[in-house]
Parts: sequence; structure tokens; C-alpha cells
Amino acid sequence: MTAPNGITRATLLKDLRLEWRSKDAINSMLFFSLLVVVVFSFSFDPTAEESRQIAGGLVWVAFLFAAVVALNQTWAREIRNQVLDAYRVSPAPANSLFIAKALGNFIFVSVLEALMTPLFIMFYQLRSLGPAWQLLVVAVLGTWALVVNGTFFAAMSLRTRSREIMLPLLLFPISIPAILAMVQATTSILTGEGARVWMALLVSYDLVFTTGCLLLFETVLNAE
Amino acid sequence: MKKAFPILGALTAILLGYALYEALVAAPTEQTMGDVQRIFYYHVPSAWTAFTLFLINFVASILYLVRRHPAADIVALVSAEVGVVFCTVVLVTGPIWARPVWGIWWAPGDIRLTSTLVLWLIYVSYLMLRRFSSSGQTPTLAAALAVLGALCVPFVYFSIWFFRTQHPQPVIGGGGSIDPRMLHVLLLNWLAFSCFAFLVCWSRYRLESLQREVDQAHAVESLMDLRGSAR
Repeated sequence: MTAPNGITRATLLKDLRLEWRSKDAINSMLFFSLLVVVVFSFSFDPTAEESRQIAGGLVWVAFLFAAVVALNQTWAREIRNQVLDAYRVSPAPANSLFIAKALGNFIFVSVLEALMTPLFIMFYQLRSLGPAWQLLVVAVLGTWALVVNGTFFAAMSLRTRSREIMLPLLLFPISIPAILAMVQATTSILTGEGARVWMALLVSYDLVFTTGCLLLFETVLNAE
Repeated sequence: MKKAFPILGALTAILLGYALYEALVAAPTEQTMGDVQRIFYYHVPSAWTAFTLFLINFVASILYLVRRHPAADIVALVSAEVGVVFCTVVLVTGPIWARPVWGIWWAPGDIRLTSTLVLWLIYVSYLMLRRFSSSGQTPTLAAALAVLGALCVPFVYFSIWFFRTQHPQPVIGGGGSIDPRMLHVLLLNWLAFSCFAFLVCWSRYRLESLQREVDQAHAVESLMDLRGSAR
């Protein structure tokens, strides 16, 4: 099974299976997401009309925190068991590992978002004036933007001191255009205006950074 | 090299002094803003110097990724450090200028302010990575981060520009022509700042090379000690 797709699928399935059996990361992340939503509901208490204006920002900040918690444990298992050294000496391409990890994180963060969204709708009486399926598209594009960069920077932070704080320090500045686009797209859809340009920006951001991370991941993995 | 540095240092000091005089005394006073406008002669050249240094960092990082030449890595580190200092000057002088002139410390949608802030954030995160990672892999990781950060810059500009067209902000600064005497002072200050930046980079480069030589010597020495004691 040396074909890249095979390696990606095998790594992804391994991660999902390990997580399903132990459920240690997912439980704590789910509870953390719930706490974030509740704290936000106390901190920001808008009327239904106002909530459409600010919900985009609130929701994405909450998703961002949840994503950072999820991303921090991306490589935890690999560090504990010296898996990366084994991976480096194997002939497997580094990109397969990266894609598998990024997809795994994408699934995790999407599960968290799927849990947090109904709670937000409930707490803020959200009702979208624009087509709701577009919100789903924005969610997918935005989550991928955070996850692809986050997985890359998590790999970069592996052997740094203060590993867990290093990830958000590196991730947030570079994600600023994507975060602006996600928030503005969500707000535009909720208030019934068009979000086409913001979505186009997200698509191009995703393309550019996925390519960039894929090109640079091998270098980062082998940096000794 | 050792002889050139003090001479260039003295020349730069004279140039900076002259530029200071020109900016604060000799340049014509602006019509609407008055003397506060003189911050412009520090704000704008600092920005240009910072952007030039960040560009040098980008090129040096790519060079390092391609060639793995240690000098390229030192140039990248030095240009990032000095660039962050000049960028900090921009971000501090900006609000100081803005407050008396526009009545606000910060304009949230302004493209130049916000994109400079994001650039500053990206390069501070670059310096944090440099500081926190272990010495073996720092150059490669930092170079990769610099490349990704540079890729981000056009997105920053475009996203804020589009945000601004959707949320019109009060028109601030920019546009219009500049009095040729003011342009002359501006360029003079830019020259002085560039010379100063060059000198600081040069001396920091030397410091870093020497530091690395010392570290290597220590490492070799401890290896020899280990070998000696093992026998």
C-alpha cells in the first residue's frame, strides 16, 4: 500500500479508529465547545435583530477557539510514540501524512461546529435571511482554511518550547484575511446580502494555502 | 569592514541629524494640520524601510530554503528583527498623528493601518518561532513561515480593501499631491533611515555570525570532552 491515496486513507482511518475507541480528545473538546457557547451567551446578549449582525463574528470566534483546542492534539500521539521518526525513514510521501492529518482535524472540527451551531441558533434566535445552504459552504471553506494552516503550524510547533501557545501565535496572524472573509460572508448571508466576493476570497485563500502547505510540509517534517 | 563601519556610522549620524533638522525646522508647515504633520517625516520613511526589510526577509528565506546557505538565514533573521522595530515605529507614530488630526486613535477599516498591523503581527510571530524553537531546525521552520506569511500579504490587502468598500470609512489622508519641498525632506529622511537600518543590520549580522561561531566552538569542545572522558 505505497500509493499516496492508500497511505492517506490508512492514516486517516487509523486516527479515526483510535479516537473512536478512546474518545479522550473528542469528549473534552465537545465539552469545551459547549462551555464556549454558554460563556458567549452570557457575554453578548443581543436582540434577535442585532444578533444577525454580530452572530457571524461570535460564531467564528467560538469555532476558532474550538479549532485550536482540536489542533493542539493533532500530533500528540505521534510525539509520544516516536511515530514521526519512523515516518521519516519510510518511503511514504510526507504529503500523504499531512493530508490525512488535515482531513482528520477537519472532521473533528466539523463535529464540534455541528454541535455548537444549534446551540448558537437557540441562544441567539438566529434565522437566516439568505439561503442557508450558503452558510454550509462558508463553514466548509472556512473550517478548511483554519485546519490546513493549523495542522501545518502544529507540525512546526512540535519541538518548540511552549508548544501549545505557539500554535495560536503562529496561526492567528496568518488566518486574519480568512477570518475576516468567513465572518463577513456569514454576516452577509444572515442579513440577506450577497457574499459572493467573500466566498471567492475564501476559495482562493484555501487553494493558495493548501498548495503552500503541501509544498513546504516535507521540508518542515524533515527539519532536524 | 572594521574600518568602514565607524566612518559610515559617523556619516549616518550626520545625515540623520540633518534630516531631523529638515523635518522639524526647515520643512514648510502644513496648511491644515500645522506642526503635527511633521510626524509624517518619521511615519512614512519608517514604513518604507520596514516594507523593504520584510521584502529582504522574504527573498532571504526563499534563498535559504533553496540553497541552505547559513548566511541567508542570518540575513533573514536580521532583516525581520530590524523590520519589526521600524514597523513598531509606524504603528506608534500613526495613532499619535491620528489623534490630533482626525480625533480618533485608530480607524478600524483603514487599509493601510490594518494591513501594517497584520504584517507586524505576522513578523512578530516569526520572531517568536525563532526564539522558541530549538536551534537545529529553527532556520528551516522560520523560512517556511516567512514564505507563508508573504503569501498572506496580498490576501490581507484585498480582504481589507473589499471590507472597506462594503463599510465606507471616513476618508483619511492619502491622495492629493505633495509639495516638492516636503517630498525632498521625505526622501531625505528615507535615505537617512535606510542608512541607519543598514548599519544596524550589518552590526546585528556580525553579532549573530560571531554568536553562532561561539556556539559551534562550545559544541565541538563539549564533544571532545565527552570523547576524552569516554576513553
